[in-house]
Amino acid sequence: MATKLPATDVVTIGLGWTGSIVAKSMTDAGLRVVSIERGPWRDTATDFPPSYSPDELRYALRLDLFVRPAQTTITFRNRPDQTALPIREWGAFLLPNGVGGAGVHWNGQTWRFLPTDFVLKTHLTQRYGAKFLPDDMTIQDWGVTYDELEPYYDKFEYLCGTSGTAGNLKGQIQPFGNPFEGPRSRPYPTPPQKQPYGPVLWAEAAKEMGYQPFPQPSGNLSQAYTNPDGITLGPCTFCGFCERFGCGNYSKASPQTTILPLLMRRENFEARTECEVTRINLDSTGKRATGVTYVDSQGREWEQPAEIVFLCAFQMFNVQLLLLSGIGRPYDVSTGKGVIGRNYSYQVTSSVQAFFDNKIFNTFIASGAIGMIIDNYNGDNFDHGPHGFVGGGYMGMNQPNARPIEMTPTPPGTPKWGAAWKKAARDNYLSTIVADTHGSCYSYRDCYLDLDPTYKDRFGRPLMRLTFDFHDNELKMSQFLTDRLAEIVQRMGPRQIVKLPRVGHFNVVPYQTTHTCGGAIMGADPATSALNRYLQSWDVHNLFVMGATAFPENAGYNPTDTVAALTYWSLDAIHKQYLKNPGPLVPT
Amino acid sequence: MSSHPRVPGHADPGRSTMVTRRHALLPSTALLLVAPETRAEILPGGTGMPWRPFAGHPPEVVKPGPWVFFTPEEGAAVEALVDRLIPPDPETPGGKDCGCAVFIDRELAGGYGTASGIYMSPPFLPATPEQGLQAPLAPAQFYRSMLAALDQFCRAAYAGKTFAQLPDGEKDQIITRMEDGSLQLQGTVAKPFFEILLRDTRQGFFADPVYGGNRDMAAWKMIGFPGARYDYRDWVERHNERYPHPPISIAGG
Ligand SMILES: Cc1cc2nc3c(=O)[nH]c(=O)nc-3n(C[C@H](O)[C@H](O)[C@H](O)COP(=O)(O)OP(=O)(O)OC[C@H]3O[C@@H](n4cnc5c(N)ncnc54)[C@H](O)[C@@H]3O)c2cc1C
Ligand code: SF4
Repeated sequence: MATKLPATDVVTIGLGWTGSIVAKSMTDAGLRVVSIERGPWRDTATDFPPSYSPDELRYALRLDLFVRPAQTTITFRNRPDQTALPIREWGAFLLPNGVGGAGVHWNGQTWRFLPTDFVLKTHLTQRYGAKFLPDDMTIQDWGVTYDELEPYYDKFEYLCGTSGTAGNLKGQIQPFGNPFEGPRSRPYPTPPQKQPYGPVLWAEAAKEMGYQPFPQPSGNLSQAYTNPDGITLGPCTFCGFCERFGCGNYSKASPQTTILPLLMRRENFEARTECEVTRINLDSTGKRATGVTYVDSQGREWEQPAEIVFLCAFQMFNVQLLLLSGIGRPYDVSTGKGVIGRNYSYQVTSSVQAFFDNKIFNTFIASGAIGMIIDNYNGDNFDHGPHGFVGGGYMGMNQPNARPIEMTPTPPGTPKWGAAWKKAARDNYLSTIVADTHGSCYSYRDCYLDLDPTYKDRFGRPLMRLTFDFHDNELKMSQFLTDRLAEIVQRMGPRQIVKLPRVGHFNVVPYQTTHTCGGAIMGADPATSALNRYLQSWDVHNLFVMGATAFPENAGYNPTDTVAALTYWSLDAIHKQYLKNPGPLVPT
Repeated sequence: MSSHPRVPGHADPGRSTMVTRRHALLPSTALLLVAPETRAEILPGGTGMPWRPFAGHPPEVVKPGPWVFFTPEEGAAVEALVDRLIPPDPETPGGKDCGCAVFIDRELAGGYGTASGIYMSPPFLPATPEQGLQAPLAPAQFYRSMLAALDQFCRAAYAGKTFAQLPDGEKDQIITRMEDGSLQLQGTVAKPFFEILLRDTRQGFFADPVYGGNRDMAAWKMIGFPGARYDYRDWVERHNERYPHPPISIAGG
């Protein structure tokens, strides 16, 4: 039996990026907020100080900061007619745990989506005709526009101190930024990061070919920055232990470096760590959440009543909690009806390796989001008519790390062991670079999430089951993007290049990205979306679902700037309308 | 609900002592949800970041010395294997002298060996390559059984000799056959063992010396990786120049 605790105004399930943003915003309104977080408390000085943070084995291989699959994992299959099996060790994506969530160990690549990404279905149909899209593609418009989101993108970037060069200021194209981006109301809060050799050489080659390369917008700060809440971040030192690691310098934007110091000073806030929410509780009508039930690390069950519940548990776990709580109609692949689990999407990445003679790139001088990029082949920035696919991605020369266990590339044909491997590892380490593409992944009828019939978590609850494969549209796109990228890399004058487009089936073993999306998407129609345009559940009006869960499909960018912008957008509607008059923000 | 198992602990042992200390030092105003030996906490706002002294959890330094997991025979075989996977050359020692076998021994004795944190619930069913490893054996058991099988194979095929006693050419032949999938050891294809052994050997070679491999940072010196320096602000814009400073480790030095 759960022990019932005194009621509070607001509960957030999870205290990662969105949970922290929500908790700060709701405490601003004077509400009492309790954040319930599955993992431990985490802070810079104790959990990732520079003295032992640069430990590749512990953080990048043993994945110290991530949730243990033994605690919870998901099952996977490529097609509905296969048997899903559990992901026993993380591979393709790495799911979060602990205060700060994936915000602790993200790269900090801080991208806005294109204006057309939010009206994708309408835009592509108008430009190319409905027949141009594959029959089973289930892309949708988002129900919110870029212009509506712009102030909230701006808000997140100024919270983080994002380093970059604007490409479009209020409609004026700028010479050194991304000319394809939507208009921004003001410049980035801090200048772009300095660039190492590889990105600079790559950008020179891209420029010679007529492209406009620009520095990647980065949450690894170029200089010290004090955010509007008075919290100060330090300059990034290019340590190269960034993604999968916490930052020891307070220079990567994270909940710890931008929000939590303020939040923890507030008396109307409380965090409960190592407490896993198992269910969102509903009243007898099923239309109102009464709070949540959670289990602490001793196995005791607690019920926390609340007026408003924010589901901020990362995309996968958001969908799992909705299904386990019986909220919204589960998606049924055989009929295409139902919304919870529908429109799962991912990210389609690829790379080009280049081996050089007589160059020293020092690729260990790196940060999670450093690099030079072009955006000519993203979204609908180019005419897809002749190519027979839709979607695209950014491409460029990122330099996130050269940690030697993960990044000691050797030329094709090198043996995997023995004296020849050893010599090749030595000869190529400093003179090899890897450029990459970061492509969109649109949604399809047979890509979805539901509950697994066989495998259970430690509480005996069904694991989430992922059914997903790459479709021809995305594989064609990846080939196209990789070819364009290879042309630029070739111009840098390498001895040899290796093109690695995404091919074949989606495979859960090699790391790709943790940009899992969808499963409870936003939209204008309750028949095809789980959330309205304010991320409010269509079914349970005092439940708001934050995160990439809401993306109807994924664009060719990293998700978090958009995740955060949507969160602020939702919170604004809650402050302005919902708190005064709780109920559906959009009539059904 | 008291029958629920506890949240599985973090793999590193440093963590649990840290947590105990944290609880011991909790301000008396903090309301504990549960008995102090557990880790769930209420962190009340109003007090600032809940920082406490000695709350960090640095890694434990692996000390040289006798095998912890391996028997002497297993240890000799693994030293011989890692020294062929990464052979010595005039500039850089091989896998054995770099401590790769010590690294693997200590890892197998710890959380890695027992598959701590890995999802190990049955059923273990045949998988497509896309579905990833579905292995019911934890790495420690897997090593033990495959090393025993390798030993039996060598003694039978090479007149009673162990792997470690074979000349390098024959060792390399065996490893090549493990790699290409043509070698069966006691009825089990040896390729998965080869792959795990190679992965672990490379990890030992390149990981921070704190874990017992990469002795004297030999692997980092070989490739030019400066290790745990953490600050390259003076160097980011010095292009095409060799970084001049030697590596440093989180173990110090
Ligand atoms: C290695 C890596 C690199 C990345 N790099 C980038 C990048 O460069 N750019 C980018 O845009 N994005 C990046 N991302 C993604 C980014 O981190 C996420 O988009 C972002 O953190 C999502 O915010 P969130 O609040 O939805 O989830 P999170 O920040 O992950 O927070 C979710 C929290 O909920 C907790 N939780 C889950 N289930 C429960 C439960 N049942 N009960 C209680 N608590 C629960 C989790 O423990 C976690 O702390 C990266 C992710 C990873 C893993
Ligand atoms: S690369 Fe920069 S932002 Fe990333 S962890 Fe290192 S110092 Fe911090």
